[in-house]
This record gives sequence, C-alpha cells and structure tokens, in this order.
Amino acid sequence: MKVPLSWLKDHLDTDAPVDEIARRLTMVGLEVEEVIDRSHGLAGFVVARVLTAEPHPNADRLTVCRVDTGSATTQVVCGAANARAGMLGVFAAAGAVIPGTGMRLKKASIRGVESNGMLLSAREVGLSDEHEGIIELPGDAPVGAPAAGVMGLSDPVIDIAVTPNRGDCLGIRGIARDLSAAGLGTLKPVDADPVPGTFRSPIAVDLQFDAECADACPYFVGRAIRGVKNAESPGWLRDKLGAVGLRPISALVDITNYLTIGLCRPLHVFDADKVGGDLHVRLARAGESLPALNGKVYELDAGMTVIADDHGAEALGGVIGGERTGCTADSVNIFVESALFDPVRTAATGRKLNLMSDARYRFERGIDPAFLVDGMEIATRLILDLCGGEPSQLVIAGAEPPPRRPIALRPGRVGTFGGADVPAHEVERILTALGFTIDKDGETLTVGVPSWRSDIVGEACLIEEVVRIHGYDRIPALPLERTTPLPHPARAPEQRRRAAAGRVLAGRGLVEAVTLSFIASGDAALFGGAPESTHLVNPISSELDVMRPSVLPNLIAACGSNADRGAADAALFEVGPQYAGDEPQDQATVAAGVRAGRTGPRNWADSPRPVDVFDAKGDVLAVLAALGAPSESLRVSADAPPWYHPGRSGTVRLGPKTVLACFGEIHPGVLGKMDVKGPIAGFEVFLDHLPKLRARKSAAKPHLELSPLQPVERDFAFVVDEDVAADAVLAAARGADKSLIAEVRVFDVFSGGNVGAGKKSLAINVTLQPTEKTLTDAEIDAVARKVVASVEKATGGTLRT
Amino acid sequence: MQDDLDTIKTRILAATAAANSLESLERVRVEALGRKGRITALMKGLGAMDPETRKSAGAALNVLKDDVAAAIEARQEDLAGATLDARLMEEKVDVTLPVRAEGRGRVHPITQTIDEVIAIFGEMGFTVAEGPDIEDDWHNFTALNIPPEHPARQEHDTFYLPGMAGGHRRVLRTHTSPVQIRTMGEQKPPLRIIVPGRTYRCDYDATHSPMFHQVEGLVVDETTHMGHLKGCLIEFCRAYFGVEDLPVRFRPSYFPFTEPSAEVDIGCTRAGGAFRIGHGDDWLEILGCGMVHPKVLENCGIDAARYQGFAFGLGVERIAMLKYGIGDLRTFFESDLRWLRHYGFPALHIPSMVGGLNP
Repeated sequence: MKVPLSWLKDHLDTDAPVDEIARRLTMVGLEVEEVIDRSHGLAGFVVARVLTAEPHPNADRLTVCRVDTGSATTQVVCGAANARAGMLGVFAAAGAVIPGTGMRLKKASIRGVESNGMLLSAREVGLSDEHEGIIELPGDAPVGAPAAGVMGLSDPVIDIAVTPNRGDCLGIRGIARDLSAAGLGTLKPVDADPVPGTFRSPIAVDLQFDAECADACPYFVGRAIRGVKNAESPGWLRDKLGAVGLRPISALVDITNYLTIGLCRPLHVFDADKVGGDLHVRLARAGESLPALNGKVYELDAGMTVIADDHGAEALGGVIGGERTGCTADSVNIFVESALFDPVRTAATGRKLNLMSDARYRFERGIDPAFLVDGMEIATRLILDLCGGEPSQLVIAGAEPPPRRPIALRPGRVGTFGGADVPAHEVERILTALGFTIDKDGETLTVGVPSWRSDIVGEACLIEEVVRIHGYDRIPALPLERTTPLPHPARAPEQRRRAAAGRVLAGRGLVEAVTLSFIASGDAALFGGAPESTHLVNPISSELDVMRPSVLPNLIAACGSNADRGAADAALFEVGPQYAGDEPQDQATVAAGVRAGRTGPRNWADSPRPVDVFDAKGDVLAVLAALGAPSESLRVSADAPPWYHPGRSGTVRLGPKTVLACFGEIHPGVLGKMDVKGPIAGFEVFLDHLPKLRARKSAAKPHLELSPLQPVERDFAFVVDEDVAADAVLAAARGADKSLIAEVRVFDVFSGGNVGAGKKSLAINVTLQPTEKTLTDAEIDAVARKVVASVEKATGGTLRT
Repeated sequence: MQDDLDTIKTRILAATAAANSLESLERVRVEALGRKGRITALMKGLGAMDPETRKSAGAALNVLKDDVAAAIEARQEDLAGATLDARLMEEKVDVTLPVRAEGRGRVHPITQTIDEVIAIFGEMGFTVAEGPDIEDDWHNFTALNIPPEHPARQEHDTFYLPGMAGGHRRVLRTHTSPVQIRTMGEQKPPLRIIVPGRTYRCDYDATHSPMFHQVEGLVVDETTHMGHLKGCLIEFCRAYFGVEDLPVRFRPSYFPFTEPSAEVDIGCTRAGGAFRIGHGDDWLEILGCGMVHPKVLENCGIDAARYQGFAFGLGVERIAMLKYGIGDLRTFFESDLRWLRHYGFPALHIPSMVGGLNP
C-alpha cells in the first residue's frame, strides 16, 4: 500500500516528520517497507522553456531547441516529436545522471550540432514507462524552479505492507486513524454530507438472490448523474494517483480510484445510456461471459456475482467492470455503484479467473459495510465538482448488515494476557481513538466494534488493539518460569537415537546431506515406486513429482553430481523421511548412506580400494551398535530389495520379521538408469523399527567378571562348500563351548588352488578364556576337538590339515 | 700385590674403554670376570693364602672386581645406547609426508542449527514434538483459524496430494504449526514444546526453496502472557547468535492462529558493506510469534477461558544463513561436497548450553 505523505495529511493533522511517521507505523503493526523519495536523483533538474524549435539541418527526426533554463539560454538537440516552441519541459544539463537510464549526460555534437543537455521523457525521469515524447509541464510552472517540486515528486511515498486482517488500512484514512490513536496527530473529519438528488434515477436496482446466497451482495447503493462532462482530471488528482502508481485515465475513473485508495471504497461507474433497462445483481448464469474493462473476456460460472442489465452481465461484482457499459470520455449520463460484496465469493471468483484488481483486493479483506452511502455522497460531490451534472436520488437495494455484537473486555486481561501495564483510562482512550465505543458495566467494558473492523472478533483482538497502540516495546520481558527445578531432556529417547545415528555416521567419515523430500517418479520406480497417494497434484517440476519412497535415490544422484564436479569418491548420508503412503504412519525415518568410487584418494601409505558391500555393512552395524540394538540378536541374511546387487547385499533383522536395515552395493542396472557411475555401496537403517527404549530402573551396567587367567588362542581352517555362510561357521564354533570360548574371528577366506571346485577355506581364530584355572594342554585339545566337531556337524565341512 | 692389582685394573679399564662394540666388550668381561678370567683366577688364589694376607688381599680384590664390573656395565650402557641411536637413525622417516587417509565426515548446518535451537529451548523446559510432513488441510489450515477462502491461505503456495483424510484434502504441511494442533489434541496443558521439521511451499527461486525447515514453539498453561513470550524469545535470540546484549524488537503483525501477533527483529548493521548482527542502525526480521488464538485452543478441545499461551515459528535455514554467513538458500539442498565440508560441522561438535553452542 503506497501512501504519499501529502495524501496522508489530507486525513491526519500532524507535524511529525516522515521518518517518525514511518517508525510509528511499523511499531503499530503497519510495517513500512520503504519510504520512497521520488525526487531522488533529480536535484539538478529544472523547469525550462523551449524558446525556439528548428528542424535539425542534418537529421529529419531531430529538433534543435533554444532553451531558457532560468539561469541561462542554451542549445539542446531533441528527438521528441512534441518538442515545440513555447512549451515547458524538464531540463538536465551536461554532467547530470539520468535516473531512468543511469547514464551521465555529456556535452555532445549530434550530427554536427552542439547539444548542452537534454529535455527528458517520463521514463528518463524514472516516473513511468512513458517514452513517447518529452514531459510537458503546466504552463504556469516557474522557469528555473526544481522540476521535482513542480511535478509533485518532492512528496515522499510511504510503502506499507498491510497484513491481510487490516482491510481498513487499504484506505489511507484507515492508516491515518491508527496514527492518530498512536498519538501522532488528529484525524480530520471527512465531509460526507448528503448531496440532494433532484430526480428519480431512470435505472432501478434489484438483488436477485436465493436466501442461501443472499450475502453475495446484501446491500447496493446507486445513483444516476446526468449531464456530466468526463474530461481529464485536474493536476492535484493526477498527481495523487501518479504517486501511488495509478495511471490517470479520466475524471470519472480517477474519482473511483481516488475513493478506493483514499477511503477504501471501491466504486464503479456505468455509462447509463448503454445500460439496457434496470440493473440486476445476481449470480452469473452458466455460459455467461463478460468482456471486461481490461480488454479480456471472462467465462463466468454460477458461483460468481454479476451486475447485469437486460443484455446480460455488465460487471463482475467487487472484481472488475464490463467493457460495454463502462464510461468513456463521451459519457454524459452515468450510474454510479457503491455496493457490498461477500469477501469469500469475491476471493474465489478472482482466483478462479486469475484476476486481481484493487477492488477485489479490498473486498476479499472486508469492506466497511456502513460506508456505502457516505462513499456515494463523497463521490457525487467530486463528480459534480470536476465533471458537472445533476444527481438523482439514491437508489438503494438491500440494507446495511446489522452491527456486530459488542465484545466484553476485562481491562485486567491487558496485563494478564497482553503482559502490558496500561492504565484503565488509556485503554479507553486507545479504543475510542480507533473508533470503538465503550459501555462501562462494572469492571468489564462492553466494547462496540467499528463497522470497518471485521477482523475484531473477541477479547484477544481488543487486547491486541490496546497493546499494539500502547507499544509492544513497553511490555516488560519476563523469563519463562521453570516448571521443574532442572529441565528434562528435550529429546525423547527415540529422537535422541535419530540424532545419534547422524553423529555416528559423520564420525565414520560420511558427510551429511539434506535433500528434498520429493523426487522424479521415474527414479522412485527404481526404488519400489511411489504409490498414487504420494504423487503431488501440483509439483514444481516433473523432476520433483512424487514423495520419495527411499532416501537413497537422492544420495545416489548427489554422488553423480559430485563426480561431475570432480569428486568421485563421495561418502554421503542423510537421516530423514521416506513415504510409503499419505497416512502419518506411512512416514518413516531412515538413516541412509552411500559410499561411491574408492575408499579414499590415493595415498602413499594405504592404497585405496573400490567400495564394497562390507563398507555399507560396517556403517549399518556401527549405527545399530551405537543406538543400542541388541547385537547378539541381529541376524544378517543375503536378501535385499531389488535396487541392491543381488549377490552383494543383505538385510539385518531382529527376530524373523523386523527389518532393521538393508545394505549392499547398489544394483548396476539402477545406477545405469540414473546415469551415475559405480560402484556405490549404500544402506538404509530403519530407525523406527528399532525396539522401543524402555525406561530402566537403574542405569547400572551388568556386573563385570574379569578373569586373572591368560586367554588362549587357537586357529582352525575348514574347507566348506562355497555357499556355506561364514556366520554358520562362527555360530557353530561359538556354540562348541559357551563357557570357555570368548570370541571367534574369521581371519582368512580363500578359494581356488588346491581347495577344490565349489569349496572354500575359512580360517578362524578362537579365543578361550579360562575363568577358574589355567587350562592344561589336554583341556585345550578337548575344546579344540569340540570346535572341529561342532563346525563339521553344522556345515558339512572338514578341518583342513 | 696392590701394585699388581692397580696394573690389572688399569689394563682392564683401558680395554673396556677401548671396546667399541657390545661383542668386544663381552670379550673384555670374559677375560676379566669370566670363569677363566684374570680376576676370577686371582679370587681363586685367595684360598692358598694365610688368613691375614687373605683378608687384606680379599678386600682389595673385591674392590677391584666391583670397580671393573661397574666400568664394564657403564660401558655396556653407552654402547647399547649408541647402537639404539644408530638403529633409530636408520628408521628415520619424512614426517612431512601426509597421514593416512581419514574420513572427513560432517554434520549438515541444518542439523547443527536445529540441535542448537533444541539445546537453548531445552534449557527452558521445552521438549521436542513431531508430526507428519503429509498433513491434511484441517490440521494445516482450518484448525489454525485459516478458513478456506482466507487470503492468508492463498499466500501459502500449498502442495496438494490426491487423497483425502476425513473429508480434508491432503497437503504437504506449509509450516510446522499443525503439530501444535496434533499435540494439543493428544496432551493436556501445561504444554511446552518445540517442533523442528521439514515444511513445503510451491515456490522456487533465488530466495525460496520448495522445501525448508522450521522450528515451531508452543507454550500453553494458565498464566503465560506476552511478557513471557518476549522474555523467552529475547533470551533465545541472544543465546543463539551469541550476542549478550543483542537488540531484539517486537512489532505487531498478523497470523491467523495468534492474537496478539508479533514479528521479531534483531539488530544488525550493514555499515561499510559488511553485514553484522548486533548493535547497529538496522533491523532484520527473524521470526513470527504471538499469543495462541483462543479459537485455536477451542479447535483442539482446550478451554480457552482457563488456558492461554504463546506460539512462535522460525526458519531454520534463515537463522543458519545469518549466523554462519551462508549466502544462498538453495545451496543447503544441493549436496555439493565442497559446500557440505565448508559449512558442515565435525561429528563431535554437539551443541549444548553447558558445553557451548558455538565452536
């Protein structure tokens, strides 16, 4: 909302400087985005008179002008067609910077004729896009005076971001009212005295609505004015509209805009001679269309409010007028509309037609329903002043909606809710200044809400009014009271676990990424696919059209883009959501990671190797261990979803069903379709599947038994079938003597050579930990025999000798 | 006799000193003290002496033996040290060689910032609550006092999904505020929660990302008022930015789900072309807040005549950008390793109020 200071002062009697006004506006909730100084950069520009204008001797389209700049007479070569002797223009001397182009003017010779400056167009001054000719100033402008002042540009414009609740501040008067309540001046009265009508309007108005949609337009005030002359507006009106960025059109149109901006009272003017019969306000009929004032044709539907004559729709209520009955320069008899349209219906109509207008913007935020007649009288007076004519009596259809119920305000709540210590008389002063009425009934105030404040619905709203005008900066800041002597942990155990998963992975050298929750449906299909319910209705691009069913595709794609930037050996992880459907329980939190390329850069000490499934498995087990998964109960099996390499992937389960994680090398086919080079090893840990952490009675760890006796190690090598799982060998060895065997490790796997086709050799190291006495050789041998027997029985292998 | 012993001693000590390896020194030792050594032989000769002579000669021999043994031992240590020194010199490496490859893992600045925010509000008694990213428009809008045709609803650039939930359209949540509704529906006051999470708006340009993060806050009890709201958020801003006297300004604003509503600005300066947070001539908006609208409480079945409180919402990327000098919102989600390593944090840098929020 642009507010020229002079226009604000039409409504507010104040001496406050513009900076103080801007600061106060912001602090009452009317946030100032900018104070625009339109004279900026125009310091040296003066009013100049063109004394003579002769054709350029060497160019058809140029004119050589002798110009009186007030202090001197100088010569300018001008390309504008409207340059002529006698006119007044805006002159910039050589050395000045032209605001519209940013160029510094130089003394120049143009086709052999000296030019010492420039006569400027509106675009060059930075006023508008108008570049047809040079600016023509009014004939009474003093030659040599600063041009900015003459053009009305010395008036600063305050640009305010009006919040959607403050429809009343989409009129400059509403803003003035807030400022006066804040003590920055006095609100001036507005002259809305009735203008007596001298005849009965030839056009009648009826509201044709069923009861259930009567609020579409409950109230309509109209008036015919005959014998007007629709000329150009006077300078003061054109300057005002120009200052808020509106192009002056004709007096009648400019007057409607003037009331819209100044008083938040949108109006429409029909050319009465073009209206066929009476006006009917009704819902549009199917198939009806409206050629609108903006030159476009809109197809209407039965949810939209139109003002129609006997021909059909002539205006879209609260949104835009129609082309056919709009007033023109030739209009003589007019009909002025001042109506009330339903905010919701107006908003829906505008949105459906993708049509924004100053009227719609105001109607959808709520228009003062008690200002229709006043608005009409003010407009009538202006029309009579500027265009002449003779007004009819008012045509009124419907009625002003009844005032809303008063709201009870307990003044003490300003303190106990608003936190501010505002004396009772100040509470009353603020509310009264804002237009509220007050009835005192004991302690409680019964507050009548002004008709223009449809946003005020309860006591909290009244408290806000008082506190914002009093000043948020005057609310004393208090610390939040502690509810417990010491704070409880902010994160619940499961939340803590998620945070820990990320820190563990970062500690293992992976770099955390945060990637978008949506991906391309084509990529999703490679990772189990996105169900129909997670396809976005309005994606920002086809590359981001579904909610991701897995975190991996983004990480894999990131490996690809990093490789393109020369970083092929990426190690990335993300702890984030994946979506199996649109229900809350379909969202799962996953710690996923990828390692691409080789284990690191080439190094003089350790040469890197390509990443493989065991890198991913290591990451998975590290996360699970850190999060307290019961490591002895985890089962790893050689199965995984199809986006993993079928022979180099696995799944970690807890019990037969609960899948805690999948890991493996990513399927080369998937990488190929995503156009990313492998190898990439990846994993997904399903954090929500971890067993719930139960509150334990004690944080104490189990009793620790430390044996003073030296452990003994023995190595064994078994030849087993190629498909025997190492896990089976380890489990069998471990089970051979649970009390003595403390640990079993695989230290070599070998196939080929003399091991035999379809076989492999698996070497294990067994640690025996005696607890009661040192083991004798015979006892050690006995355990060793048990190990061999157990492994051979479980796996069908044989001890290698 | 004593002269003989002195001569022997001189000779052995000279040999000891002359020994230049452990092997030659061992030979000197064997020749002097070994079973057939010179001093051993003299000791054996004592038995043939008369008691008087034996006593004095024995004492002298013992002195000699001890002196020689000590000298040999000392020489042995010297030689062993020299040998070790020589070996160590042979083992010399170029310590300017780089170390073996180590992982350079990093935590994303969004994670770090959320951890910082939780650390601060955790100290004030808030606990973390969460809700789904795929919401319905009742939780995301209607319950928050944003009816369907409300202009504020149109400004949200909502992503829609095809499904319905209880007659309400599925949407991607446009803010973390629906978790207020879920929490108040499930728990009874007093409540004190913060809600970090992903949020989505259908907008993509230099200053907008279709996904970003917010932290919502909610306090509901019987006494908390706007003074507490100010105190809580001023302390947060000062702790988060690490500026003890950071100017914090509350301006009236509008959100459908709070009344009164405020926007919060922090002081900053752009003097000399460099942006800095703290005392200065300018203000920067960083979050929105207000007293929970009574209608919102009632929509959640909470008696608005008895309970009241405040809510706030802040943009995680925004405060991360301000604190850590990150220039472009979109770079957060581009997974560029160079960026992640530069702006990321070491795994063990876990923010806490006792350990410190800032490196």
